[in-house]
Amino acid sequence: MNFGFTEEQGFLRDAVRKFLDDRCPMAEVRRLMKTPNAHSPELWKAFAEQGSVGLLIPEAYGGAGLGWVDFVVVLEETGRTLMPSPLVSTALAALAIREAGSPAQKERWLPRFAEGSAIGTLAVLEASDLPGAEGVALVADSDGEVDVLHGEKCFVADAGCADVYVVAYRSTERSAEPSGDRAGTGVGGALRLGLVARDAPGVRVALVPSLDETRRSGTLSLDGVRIGPDARLAAADPEATLALLLDAGSIAVTAEGLGAAEGALALTVQYAKDRVQFGSPIGRFQGVKHRLADMWVDTESIKSLLYYGAWAIDERRDAVPRYASLAKAYLADAFTRIGVDCVQLHGAVGYTIEYDIQLYLKRSKWARPMFGDGDHHRDRLARLSMGNR
Amino acid sequence: MDFNFTPEEQAFREEIRAFLDAHLPDPMPEDDPDFLRLWNEKLRAKRWVGFNWPREWGGGGGDLIRQFILKEEMSARRAPALGLDFMGLTWVGPAIIAHGTKEQKAEHLEAILDGRSHWCTGYSEPDVGSDLASLQCRAVREGDEYVIHGQKIWTTSAHFASHIFMLVRTDPTVSKYKGITCLLVPMTTPGITISPIENLSGKASFNQVFFDGARTPVSNRLGAEGEGWKVVMGALANERSGISEATEMLQHLDDIRSLAKRARRGGRPALEDDRVRRRLSEMEIRVEAMRLTGLRHLTDQINGKPSGSETAINKLQRGILEFEMSELTLELLGSAAQHQGELQHEALAWHGTVIGGGSPNIQRNIIAERILGLPKD
Repeated sequence: MNFGFTEEQGFLRDAVRKFLDDRCPMAEVRRLMKTPNAHSPELWKAFAEQGSVGLLIPEAYGGAGLGWVDFVVVLEETGRTLMPSPLVSTALAALAIREAGSPAQKERWLPRFAEGSAIGTLAVLEASDLPGAEGVALVADSDGEVDVLHGEKCFVADAGCADVYVVAYRSTERSAEPSGDRAGTGVGGALRLGLVARDAPGVRVALVPSLDETRRSGTLSLDGVRIGPDARLAAADPEATLALLLDAGSIAVTAEGLGAAEGALALTVQYAKDRVQFGSPIGRFQGVKHRLADMWVDTESIKSLLYYGAWAIDERRDAVPRYASLAKAYLADAFTRIGVDCVQLHGAVGYTIEYDIQLYLKRSKWARPMFGDGDHHRDRLARLSMGNR
Repeated sequence: MDFNFTPEEQAFREEIRAFLDAHLPDPMPEDDPDFLRLWNEKLRAKRWVGFNWPREWGGGGGDLIRQFILKEEMSARRAPALGLDFMGLTWVGPAIIAHGTKEQKAEHLEAILDGRSHWCTGYSEPDVGSDLASLQCRAVREGDEYVIHGQKIWTTSAHFASHIFMLVRTDPTVSKYKGITCLLVPMTTPGITISPIENLSGKASFNQVFFDGARTPVSNRLGAEGEGWKVVMGALANERSGISEATEMLQHLDDIRSLAKRARRGGRPALEDDRVRRRLSEMEIRVEAMRLTGLRHLTDQINGKPSGSETAINKLQRGILEFEMSELTLELLGSAAQHQGELQHEALAWHGTVIGGGSPNIQRNIIAERILGLPKD
């Protein structure tokens, strides 16, 4: 039992901080926000060379072969500085291919992810906005060996810059009465995961303007997109694979959200030390300092749940669902409160576009629904600990 | 980061389970002092009371991770608390281990472990609560003795305590933090009188303690004269982490889930109500966060960082949790919440525990000033 970061993880954090200080200061964040995909291929390439992009990818495929606790260290830092990047999306696409991909699929994508020459993302949600297998209603037409997709995937993160989408859909044949989370949804057909390249015929992406301009998402239209056996992910249990991807997504978003929450807190603590009213720094007043202390209690408590969840992805898979939900539920609500209160504690300047605190507020609005909001995860925890209603 | 327990630690867990299988009576006798004494003797024989105290003073010489496992297993089976003297075990003993003389260790440590002593704590005074460093209770040195004049208040357990761990002002001429000294005083000392205070649930759990020229030898001073604030900072950190262990909260959560199974809302079992389920999940989130944050702090301690201000995290979390748990319990009881009863009274006890060891706002001051570096009030 050891609940501390290693010396190497400390070095990793320093290296990522230095990279972000040099290459992605707030001026660069604001510049990228005004670009169509909020994405800089040069920055991404440099981040890959620095080692963070391929951190989780096995060494055999050109990555660093490190674990999720290491990745959390990186995400805390990219979150703290609000770096616009498809880091989480690509890590999840890589995880899907690692878990369920064929050797050929791994060969094709993982080295390119690691070197920063390809970007991947998950395409799971549909108009129903149900964050899980229960929300996957897209049913393929079968053309012999090939699944043909007609439909839309919504809220696809980094849809505009992705080169490959991990699409969740259902097979033509109808399975027996769905069980578990899908019970009573009337959704039939076995869950499948397929890889759809951006340049495949029938793929169209419509970008939707984001409230948080450091983040982008879009709608993926699939118009007769063909998924042959070589593009299907051969997951032994696709429901379990999808659940793992969504849980890993929860943990990744929690890590980045936590970093951002700490970034917002640090900005506001500094403001409370500098801003003088009634002859005193406002941080002396309990109405201000107590709120900041509560934020710190929340960020520290989230870390405890997050680190365990990240560790569990590599070391204790059966604990992942519970800890993903514990961490994401806490983050979703606490980060929301932190965003709101940090803006308020800044007073009127907090309401300006000039001050950076508003960017953190908007990031909290992005993070809340990602992979399920607080109530989604509390409902799931209730099912895990007390059974179905 | 590695959350696995070693095979040795796992074996220790098995040893505890086997011990509990063999020795823990089912059902457990309620409020039976003879049973508790016998139980303590059995635990003492295993050196499980004061598990991480030095062996030469009767402790177990064990490490903090095993102690964590021990507490977790005991609590999971709802065994009686480890040891009979909560304050002695949680902060007085550790303070004596850190600052005491050889004679003080010999006099007090084994007595705490055996439950022969029972400590109370004299911090607050009628005009001194959250602003503890302004305390006025005076001790004047006369030869080899201190003569104490003043009053302590909200002194939990003073009415049956054998000793008081107290702060006094020995030098009113220096800054308020520097003139404070810590004393270990037998409650049988002439010049000490006790007057119980009824708490809002109708029980006498705390007291006023008056000192009218009570004399105690200088050898009962813990640490140097004027160093009392340093002693008490460590003791308060231990108090905060002691009362904010997650094990007890886990039991509460279990109890509320059972209640939710029995109780009905809108004609259905309360456990089927979405809002009840989400509130229970929210509690589960905070309890598990407390448990893991406690483990993180243990790792820090093992790596040589003494516990300090960060223990305020779980003290605040516990405050929030107990409030939520109390109120949900009362809501689940429905109109029966208007009656007197065990659960109803437990819900009132929150108002005491949330203040003990420092009110939530004091915990927030500690975090804001000592950790976030905001200016002092």
